[in-house]
Amino acid sequence: MLTDFTALGLARMQFAFTMSFHIVFPAFSIGLASYLAVLEGLWLWKKNPVYRDLFNFWKKIFAVAFGMGVVSGIVMSYQFGTNWSVFSDKAGPVIGPLMGYEVLTAFFLEAGFLGVMLFGEKRVGAGLHYLATVMVALGTLISATWILAVNSWMQTPAGYSINAKGQFVPEDWMAIIFNPSFPYRFVHMVLAAYLTTAFVVGGVAAWHLLRDNRSPAARKMFSMAMWMAVIVAPLQIAAGDIHGLNTLEHQPAKIAAMEGDYEPEKGSPLILFGIPDDQDEVTRYQISIPKLSALILTHSLDGEVKGLKSFPKDQRPPAQIIFYTFRLMVGIGFAMLAVGLWSSLRRWQGGALYQDRWLHRVALLMTPSGFVAVLAGWITTEVGRQPYTVYGLLTTAQSISPVAAPAVGASLMAFIIVYFFVYAAGIFYLLRLAKTTPDFASPDMINAPMMAAGTVPGPALAAGE
Amino acid sequence: MSFDLPFIWACLIAFAVLAYAILDGFDLGVGILFPFSKSEHDRNVMMNSVAPVWDGNETWLVLGGGGLMAVFPLAYAVVFPALYAPLIAMLIGLVLRGVAFEFRWRTKRGQFLWDWAFSGGSIIAALSQGFAMGTLVQGIQISGRAYVGGWWDWLTPFSTFTALAVVVGYALLGATWLVMKTEGQLQDTALSQARNAAVATLVVVGLVSLWTPFLRPEYFERWFKFPTVIFSAIVPLLVAACAYGLFTGLRDRLDYRPFLSALGIFVLCFVGLGISFYPYIVPPSLSIWDAAAPDKSLRFLLVGMAIMMPLILIYTAYSYWVFRGKVNPEEGYH
Ligand code: HDD
Ligand code: HEM
Ligand code: HEM
Repeated sequence: MLTDFTALGLARMQFAFTMSFHIVFPAFSIGLASYLAVLEGLWLWKKNPVYRDLFNFWKKIFAVAFGMGVVSGIVMSYQFGTNWSVFSDKAGPVIGPLMGYEVLTAFFLEAGFLGVMLFGEKRVGAGLHYLATVMVALGTLISATWILAVNSWMQTPAGYSINAKGQFVPEDWMAIIFNPSFPYRFVHMVLAAYLTTAFVVGGVAAWHLLRDNRSPAARKMFSMAMWMAVIVAPLQIAAGDIHGLNTLEHQPAKIAAMEGDYEPEKGSPLILFGIPDDQDEVTRYQISIPKLSALILTHSLDGEVKGLKSFPKDQRPPAQIIFYTFRLMVGIGFAMLAVGLWSSLRRWQGGALYQDRWLHRVALLMTPSGFVAVLAGWITTEVGRQPYTVYGLLTTAQSISPVAAPAVGASLMAFIIVYFFVYAAGIFYLLRLAKTTPDFASPDMINAPMMAAGTVPGPALAAGE
Repeated sequence: MSFDLPFIWACLIAFAVLAYAILDGFDLGVGILFPFSKSEHDRNVMMNSVAPVWDGNETWLVLGGGGLMAVFPLAYAVVFPALYAPLIAMLIGLVLRGVAFEFRWRTKRGQFLWDWAFSGGSIIAALSQGFAMGTLVQGIQISGRAYVGGWWDWLTPFSTFTALAVVVGYALLGATWLVMKTEGQLQDTALSQARNAAVATLVVVGLVSLWTPFLRPEYFERWFKFPTVIFSAIVPLLVAACAYGLFTGLRDRLDYRPFLSALGIFVLCFVGLGISFYPYIVPPSLSIWDAAAPDKSLRFLLVGMAIMMPLILIYTAYSYWVFRGKVNPEEGYH
């Protein structure tokens, strides 16, 4: 499907490529901005210097990740016009104002206070500096709210009419913003961002613990991250389940493709693994559990679940991709839960949380798991929406700009080259920052006076835990 | 009383684009001047003079572009494909320079690479914006609701000239910004750069102004017929006043006057552009009323604009206020 080199195929590849790069950074910076606000708040409240060290440690990482999120985001907002102009003309009156609100309420807020947060420590007081940190965190959440309202409206359009020019015209803004899939998608995405960040923080902490498990900063991070894992992972699994039920109601073809289910039947089985084949309309080599799919989706053993064959061929999403991406996401969700439970077990065994090297190794291995799950989840959502951009109303093929394939191909190549160069370097710098010691992580000039307070001997702190 | 919503929005979008041009203009300008300063100390100071504010400056570009999609979706849908190559180049330039703000502090060995990315990206972005402006002024061919021109329509002698004009103009903003924010030897360099850029800017502005009326008969009428001829006479006089302020400010080594005068020149050029354009949003055929979104979209976003814009201006001004005065080379959290 993505292998045809028509302008349409290339434009889709370009969107998928640039979007996949973009989402990785917001997913991390939404979580990290909140984490920074928590760290600075704890520092101001408890005056325990370990929080301050952690704040300064993660602040640098945040600055690099945030910058990459911003520049890749600007590409996104211009791409609607360059590659999807027909879509923009038709859907612009509905989704344009929502994205306009995103700029007005979120992007300016983040950008305005980011400078103060990163550079202003010495110029404003502690209170104002904290306000700036909180505003940046709030900005990332507001941003997610609006853009998810946009995406959700494209999945489950509501509150619109269509005018003579073929444009979507807004009728009821509340219905547009709070469209049927928005609340579910929002909760699921924000939890995803927090989980992603928790596992990055936990992985970095684990790396430092494996080298020196007395480090107070590493212990503190690890403990905080594992609390997040054990609390948020189950919430995320529940949220995902409810999200899926909502999707079943509004986009049953997507669910059928995720399940690899071609036959509509009563009491359908849950296919754990297999190889879906859209050509022959079967899922081969299935390993399945009878009736479980019916139970999960309809909460009854004999419930009827629609299969892909219930939909005309030209209205089905391709099952091959999303069957796998969906399983990858769910698998990671349960793996995260397992790590959370394991860590809690160790915690209750009195301090073993910082001794269990296998736990640390696994946590280190899980560092990128959130990113993988986020990408897998989005691919499920977006490919599952095919062949439409606005579900049931405007097809992807109708949405594209009148651009020629060579123009799209050339720009796609340019993005691929530049992104790989820039992001490879960025990830390298991020890893290098993550390797620096989080204890007394602030030997720069501004923090020099404060540092004296931070130079409390490590073991003393650890004993006070 | 009924409001002419498309007209109000045309003014607001024009305001966003102007705010973008002067704000990102000076930080792109600093990037354009970057290769001329070789010392590491000077480069650090130049970078730090804009590091706390560049993200906010660039947000105006998102407001201009995203706002266009919301309120003039048809204009967005025809202009962006018409400007395909310059816009993609601009985005790539902005990516390169945007990441350089953080990356150059993260490496010693590779610092030169990010210095190149910063100045190269700034120059590419400025050139692309100039090409885009020139192409728009020349007019864009549309039929029905789609762009029907060719892929190279954006490349003409006129647009090439406007591309260079934008680079020169941004360099002037950047140089006067540095005059304001720096001291010592770096300030001396900036003063002489500002002087050269000022002369060059006035020359290119003059040439573009003379050239534009001959591009389309409408523009000619606009500039040389009553009553708009009054503007045509006043705008150059005001430009001359700003030029006076600029040169005397540079001569007397004043901190603020050169930058403010350069801003004045930009605003006036922009007003001139507006005079040529009105009432079109995409010359020669798409008026602001043809391209406007339904009133419901315009009204909804206008509420947000009315509430948020004053707040945005306040906290943006506040963050400039926090970083007022000369850049302290020792400062920075890196
Ligand atoms: C850390 C990330 C993460 C984790 C662990 C999970 N998800 Fe997820 N999932 C997302 C991150 C995500 C996401 C990135 O946030 C998506 C993509 C678009 C969206 O709305 O949320 C998503 C989409 C998504 C969808 C598609 C909804 C649609 O297209 O309409 C379903 C049905 C689920 N998820 C269900 C689950 C279940 C049952 C999980 C149980 C383990 C789960 N997710 C774990
Ligand atoms: C929330 C904002 C988002 C919006 C408004 C949006 C919108 C779109 C649009 C217009 C397309 C092009 C048409 C198409 O091929 O479907 C698309 C495709 C795609 N998007 Fe999204 N998207 C969003 C988020 C994401 C994210 C976060 C990802 C992360 C991976 C993503 C992945 C994809 C993929 C993989 C495609 C190609 C699907 C295909 O062509 O089969 N999208 N999306
Ligand atoms: C097609 C879809 C999208 C578009 C057009 C878009 C646009 C943008 C733009 C223009 C920026 C830069 C803002 C600035 O100048 O400061 C940005 C950053 C950001 N975006 Fe997106 N975005 C999209 C999808 C998403 C999604 C799906 C999310 C998360 C759920 C998201 C969350 C953010 C956040 C939190 C930032 C701040 C920068 C950062 O955290 O790295 N965006 N986006």
